[in-house]
Amino acid sequence: MSNTATGAIDHHFDPSTSTGIPNKKLLMWLFLASDCMFFGCLISTHLIYRLHPPPGVPSARSVFSIELTSFSTFILLMSSLMMALAVNAIQKNNLKSLRASLLTTIFFGCIFLGCQVYEFNNFVFEKHLTITNSILGTTFFTLTGTHGCHVAVGVFWLMLMYIRTFQPKDVSRDPRWFLRNVLHIVAFLATILLGMRLVLGVVRGMEATGANLGTLGHFAHGYFAELLGAVVSVGLLRWLARPRGEVGFNEANAIDVEMMGLYWHFVDIVWIVIFTVVYLLEYL
Amino acid sequence: MADAIAKSDFLGGEEKAAPKSLVLWRPTAKTGLISWLTTVDHKRIGFLYGISALFFFLVGGVEALLIRLQLAVPNNHVLTSTQYNEMFTMHATTMIFLAIMPLSAAFFNFIMPLQIGARDVAFPRLNAFSFWTFLAGAIIVNLGWFLKSGAPDAGWFSYAPLSTRTYTPGHALDMWVMGIQLLGVASIAASLNFIGTIINLRAPGMTMMRLPVFTWMTLVTAFLIVLAFPAITIALVELMMDRLFGTNFFEVSNGGMPILWTHLFWVFGHPEVYILILPGMGIISEILPTFSRKPLFGYPIVVFSGASIGFLGFGVWSHHMFTTGMGTMGTAAFAFTTMAIAVPTGVKIFNWIGTMWGGHLKMRTPMMFALGFIWLFMLGGFSGVMHAAAPADSQQHNSYFVVAHFHYVLIGGSLFSLLAGIHYWFPLMFGRKVSEFWGKLSFWVIFLGFNTTFFPLHFVGLDGMPRRTFTYDANMGWNQGNLVSTIGAFILGLGVAIYFGVMIYTFFKGERTTKDPWDARTLEWSLPNPPPEYNYRVIPTVHTRDDWWYEKHHQAEVAAEKARHGAEEAAHGGIHMPFQSIYPFTAGIGILIGAIGIAVVDANPDPHVIVGAKLAVTLVGAFIMIVSIYLWSLEGNEGYHLHPEDEEGHS
Repeated sequence: MSNTATGAIDHHFDPSTSTGIPNKKLLMWLFLASDCMFFGCLISTHLIYRLHPPPGVPSARSVFSIELTSFSTFILLMSSLMMALAVNAIQKNNLKSLRASLLTTIFFGCIFLGCQVYEFNNFVFEKHLTITNSILGTTFFTLTGTHGCHVAVGVFWLMLMYIRTFQPKDVSRDPRWFLRNVLHIVAFLATILLGMRLVLGVVRGMEATGANLGTLGHFAHGYFAELLGAVVSVGLLRWLARPRGEVGFNEANAIDVEMMGLYWHFVDIVWIVIFTVVYLLEYL
Repeated sequence: MADAIAKSDFLGGEEKAAPKSLVLWRPTAKTGLISWLTTVDHKRIGFLYGISALFFFLVGGVEALLIRLQLAVPNNHVLTSTQYNEMFTMHATTMIFLAIMPLSAAFFNFIMPLQIGARDVAFPRLNAFSFWTFLAGAIIVNLGWFLKSGAPDAGWFSYAPLSTRTYTPGHALDMWVMGIQLLGVASIAASLNFIGTIINLRAPGMTMMRLPVFTWMTLVTAFLIVLAFPAITIALVELMMDRLFGTNFFEVSNGGMPILWTHLFWVFGHPEVYILILPGMGIISEILPTFSRKPLFGYPIVVFSGASIGFLGFGVWSHHMFTTGMGTMGTAAFAFTTMAIAVPTGVKIFNWIGTMWGGHLKMRTPMMFALGFIWLFMLGGFSGVMHAAAPADSQQHNSYFVVAHFHYVLIGGSLFSLLAGIHYWFPLMFGRKVSEFWGKLSFWVIFLGFNTTFFPLHFVGLDGMPRRTFTYDANMGWNQGNLVSTIGAFILGLGVAIYFGVMIYTFFKGERTTKDPWDARTLEWSLPNPPPEYNYRVIPTVHTRDDWWYEKHHQAEVAAEKARHGAEEAAHGGIHMPFQSIYPFTAGIGILIGAIGIAVVDANPDPHVIVGAKLAVTLVGAFIMIVSIYLWSLEGNEGYHLHPEDEEGHS
């Protein structure tokens, strides 16, 4: 928490532990081991049921849209790159770069989530694959939905970490920092949710009437409240992010960012496995 | 370890609990209710686990007595068939998840950090969170007794499709599912913490091969929990999805396969068996050397046997499923691995015998329980190997022979070792000692009662009496065995009553003891009893295995070393203590509310209501949990410094 540690910090060795591995890093590795078993069981369920389809189950190939999923997989991979840059930035005590990398990671994570929302909507309403009407729907939505929850938790964590970088160094001298903190969270969540809704709205509009100016005008009219809300919350975010004295977030917090990074990369790797065995396998 | 003080996290609150703002208030009460709700001290959390476990142990015991009462004579009507189903479901669930596991966790918490020379676990607040989540799960599982839904009644394994909505409607099973889910979260969180502690917080010189065996078994058990519980988590998620949202995981008409539940359950369930017994093996490996006045015979072999039991434990689950028609290959493979896992277990038995061989045996109460453990656990092991032979098992399957077997390993094994552990460490925990007469009396009554209860069940089982059937006819030839067994159960109940009566008496009025009353060998006995909040005034430097024994025989050398290290530590600001925190407790409250929303509140049948009472309660609980965890991370892992007077010298 404090930055009174003297001298250079060795980010790969913590002298206070028996092994030199920081406690938090060890905890995260152990948790990920547990999570491996968790996803292992879920993916196995899907693979087992895939081999025994009852009559009448739609074929996965007729449902999936491999182009969209390839795109979102690529985006998620790129978010891992930005996450790695974020860890690197804070280890060099570069706050500006850290914030930019975190925001990009969040942005990419949200694109992935948006693609999933679009995909789920498409499957349910266009392809008529629901979680209850077939075993494919059951295993597919449960597995990818659980992964989506992991990504959402990761985005939430990244967001809180980003906001944490604005906490003043001496909070006792700044009694209103906590209120600002809460406002920051609310504004950020509003931005994410409204942004996603708007983008999905545009996509839906273009699907319905094609990409032309008339569609956009129609859209601006239909989503006026959302547009207004998004503009206000983005403005709030800008205002809350303005420089305001020294912050209590530096190199010593690198381990917190790194721990989060481990989680994010893991969720990414799980998606690569899911993309391979749930999607690509169907096209062999 | 002196470097721990220089850790950047630690320099935040220099000897003060400075309020940064209202939400980041750190409680400082050292006595009273608030101090227990906000405690992060591993010893206090150990007590909380212990008290809860003993309470649920008594609840489970009463359930067992009711079961035995019902089976005492043929065509009995003490319980209805439904009540009987509830009893055997809740007896097993309670004893496994709410009695034996938390009692083991109590010892992990209290003893393990002391044995490795640490001042607390790696994540003190996470440790508190584990306990409160455990309690939330325990409450949810037992809530059905007080509601009109009744208690869960699908067995502790809740096999699909019996446990699906079609065959078990109502909220009782939802509560079971949610409760076990929470207990899993609590166990995994606690285990991550224990592994981190053992790997990272060992005192200088405490190499892995110098760890006391109990600590080693804690490590193996924690790994088992971390890797085995996700399987039941997924199984429960799938069952919950089926029950709440109508998915098809176990819905045969839509392609679901109930056998999947059985596999997932036992992928967890068999490692769980070792989760229950390995801590006990660790306790026995502490007690036998102390009362034989010899080091443990073949320490590395005991450790590696424990670890290989852990590994093999993941490869034997299908021996619970020999009768499901897996095919010759699968059956043969699992029969083989099951026989293989008996080898390291047998090796340990020989090591314990080797430890006692030629020792100066002191027959004190903990030693009696430890010897009872070896004898009874061996009997349970023999019948276990009999199950490993698949053809024989298909005859014994689902009979009382199996019931006799696992009570020999769970009571004769786990419970005897835990009772031994309570006796053994009671002086360290409370500074008082149980009278030898009453201790030994309770041992003999429990030993007698236990064997009278469960030995006849072997024969009743081989004569074909099926498990989980609420009554039987008089002409089956099972009458005598069942009556003897019921009488035995009440003797066992009497023994347990004596045991706990004596414990409670001793807690208030027992004979006070000095430090290290057993002349023991491991580090925890170097502490005054009860140990101070900070455990070690000076973090010990470990020279050998059984380091306390070494200290007792190299007093001058160790005293000089302690003085030197003590001065170094004082120069770094003194003993660092973590602040207490209320947020683990409030997070537990949030989890409890959320679980009630999911499992207890009725869904609104009107599809137009988007946020009904069910979703609302769940969201409120989730919100409380998320806010608590966020504030918990905001307040940070800061602490304060202590400068205790030299109190150790006087005790």
